[in-house]
Amino acid sequence: MRWLALSVSLVLLATVPFWVASDYYVNIASQILLYAVFALGLNVLVGYTGLVSLGHAGLFGIAAYAGAIFINGGADHLIAILGALAATLLAAAVFAVLTLRGTGLGFVMITVALGQIVWGVAYRWISITNGDNGVSIATRPSPFGLSLATAPGFYWATLLVFLAAVVTIAIFVGSPFGASLRGTRDQPRRMNALGYHVWMIRFLAFLFSGLWSGVAGMLFLYYNQFVSPQVVALGASAEALLMVIAGGTGTLLGPIAGAALVVVMKNVASAYISRWNLVLGAIFVTIVIFMPEGLVPGSVRLWRWAVDRLHPRDVEPGRGARQKSGA
Amino acid sequence: MNLWLVLAGNSVAFGGLLFLLSAGFSLIFGLMRIPNLTHGSLSMIGAYFGTSLIAAGCGFWAAAIAAGIGVAILGGLIERLLLRRLPGAELAQVLVTLGLSFMIADLCLMGWGGDPIEIATPPVLRGATLIAGVAFPTYRVAVITVATVIASGLWVLLERTRLGAMIRAGVDDPAMARVVGIRVSRLFTIVFCLGAGLAGFAGVIGGPILSVYPGLDQDMLPLALVVVILGGSGSLVGSFVGSFVVGFLYNFGQAMLPELAYVVLFLPMLIVLVLRPQGLFGRAAP
Amino acid sequence: MTALVLDDLEKSFGGLRVTAAVSLAVEPGERRLIIGPNGAGKTTLFNLITGELRPDRGSIRLFDREITRIPSRRRAHLGLARTYQIITLFAGETLLRNVTLSLLGRSRLRWNPFVRLGRQEALIAGARAALERVGLGHLADRPLGQTAYGERRRVEIAMALAQNPRILLLDEPFAGLSIAERRDVQDLLAAIPRDVTVVMIEHDMDVALDFAEQITVLHFGKVLVEGTRAAVVADPQTKEIYLGE
Repeated sequence: MRWLALSVSLVLLATVPFWVASDYYVNIASQILLYAVFALGLNVLVGYTGLVSLGHAGLFGIAAYAGAIFINGGADHLIAILGALAATLLAAAVFAVLTLRGTGLGFVMITVALGQIVWGVAYRWISITNGDNGVSIATRPSPFGLSLATAPGFYWATLLVFLAAVVTIAIFVGSPFGASLRGTRDQPRRMNALGYHVWMIRFLAFLFSGLWSGVAGMLFLYYNQFVSPQVVALGASAEALLMVIAGGTGTLLGPIAGAALVVVMKNVASAYISRWNLVLGAIFVTIVIFMPEGLVPGSVRLWRWAVDRLHPRDVEPGRGARQKSGA
Repeated sequence: MNLWLVLAGNSVAFGGLLFLLSAGFSLIFGLMRIPNLTHGSLSMIGAYFGTSLIAAGCGFWAAAIAAGIGVAILGGLIERLLLRRLPGAELAQVLVTLGLSFMIADLCLMGWGGDPIEIATPPVLRGATLIAGVAFPTYRVAVITVATVIASGLWVLLERTRLGAMIRAGVDDPAMARVVGIRVSRLFTIVFCLGAGLAGFAGVIGGPILSVYPGLDQDMLPLALVVVILGGSGSLVGSFVGSFVVGFLYNFGQAMLPELAYVVLFLPMLIVLVLRPQGLFGRAAP
Repeated sequence: MTALVLDDLEKSFGGLRVTAAVSLAVEPGERRLIIGPNGAGKTTLFNLITGELRPDRGSIRLFDREITRIPSRRRAHLGLARTYQIITLFAGETLLRNVTLSLLGRSRLRWNPFVRLGRQEALIAGARAALERVGLGHLADRPLGQTAYGERRRVEIAMALAQNPRILLLDEPFAGLSIAERRDVQDLLAAIPRDVTVVMIEHDMDVALDFAEQITVLHFGKVLVEGTRAAVVADPQTKEIYLGE
């Protein structure tokens, strides 16, 4: 059943440019995928490590800015991408060392501070970042000669990166290291006593999370061909966190659903509702209070409740209704 | 020489303003353990509310106080209707305050538009005063005075009244405070109202200096954060000292190293967070 | 070679001296019981031994190896395992996964982000065996949340035993158990082979006394009485601090 759903989804995703109305919507799909990569990366830290970051837009933005600076400095796209990711990893390492000094709320506050510093640099260090005016790049890469300048072209490239992210993160989560990670989230003291190096586990998870944020940042740069301090503002980190929390932190599908929700609301809904932030904030508050486990698990819960109402308990074929109240 | 003095004077005035803003934040953080991310937008909506009152003919000080009261009521509603539903879930509460800040910011945009609104300095306080041979804008001197008066008032409240003792007990050890019979949840509402009210009041007071514009909340919140983290949450002295430290860092940073102004501001906060997480004057976490 | 040696161990919190110049030695294979009234500093002593707390003064030697400065996580690799007074298991996971995590902690595999944990047959088989040993093999795939308290206590012990420890520290393993459950745990402990040294903190005298060969009595952080079971039980100081027991 699961394989069927997955295959169908894959086919649908791969053919989006064919059955979607216009380039505008193909671009929306690209945005959903790139923000899904960001949200999946953030979820590694929030959902699987149990550390909430309100500064991840800083890592996203460092990748984008680094990429832009490399490209405008004459580097070819491959070097720029590698350089940007290296810069992001380095930044993530610094972030991790500083933030892991705190736990719980202390951790969150330090991520806010770090995000603000990145924003401050982006906004003020005009000689490097061009301040409020932002940095633009002229072209998108052409891997193997294929142009990414068109909406469908860019969409397929983003889809490939997205699938790579999903597969990689899924393997990561199901691995022994992934289990250790979740263990440190649930019972750090016990994990320590069992012989696990809790700090190092969290540090590595932070790097992995930062890496994918950086990948998303580069996708963003190529999508917009422009980056500005908005990208690293507190609001951007908050939106990313909303994507993770809205979708549900314990699953892989959650952040993807959350990203889709936020992107669709932002682009499509804001054409009809002019006050996007109001709606975003309201959704945030509602989800946190009423569906704290997130939309995906929360919807699953509601679905099961509804199904139970309509078809009380399992009645297997061949057995009578007498089985209803069993075990 | 004159430039330094003027800069110093501005820093002190800015510090006073920051104190008004962050005292509430510090109390809320200290007692309820929530970094109230709505604080900036509460201040902003107070400022906007003040502009409407002034436009309707209200006097400056009356408007400031009325705005404070209005925002205090808003804060009370937020605490009772929303935060109260998530008892003890600090992270969830933080996220709710984050969502609310988005909502309030947009409401301000809807209600007052996108253009900056100036608040005129009250006529009595226009012009300059001579202090030590240097002319300082009289209004800024007034801000420092107001901040000091409020600081003293808060000090009296915390150190000399029963309510203050309960608040301090709650900051020190909420579990113990409950056991002793202190109605901690009612205290939460009172403190949140007080904090919100101070923020709203500060918004109007800051109006003549900063004016009121969309994004004011995003500018003010990080500053309040830095003050409270530097000074220590729940500590009045910490907020007072922290405000002036930040005031100086901000103004001198802007003047001397404009490109790295934010780094100058946040680096000390980062250092304190890393080396002494409870802040300069705060209590170590239990 | 002595299994565990504590030498003049000292720990204070603020003005409170929780561990006061505690010295004791446990021989390999011994069954040592540590008792004392509430607040005597028993769990603190365990926390010092496992490294979760650092002593203000004194030293700890594990099989003649000085471990006072060695971090907690490394001590697990040196053969130290413990259970907790308050059950600290992984609530959302199955019993099998709980014990697997325990085994994984001792294996290099724990750093591997590439392979599927579910495919590590040797590891999982080991976890199943550990559950069998405590009589919970049939519940291996049950989520922890759906097990009884007594079963969870046994999972705690299974996890500690799965680490193949040389020294096992049990912190109030009988707490909150029914009579039948207590018997199960007693049998379990009796079946632990002699190559594992066992040190137990307990409050429940009936079951604990059966188990103990040597007893150390703590009072206000100090070692009050120490010796064989018979000697300690007969000692007037013991009777005094356990008023009415």
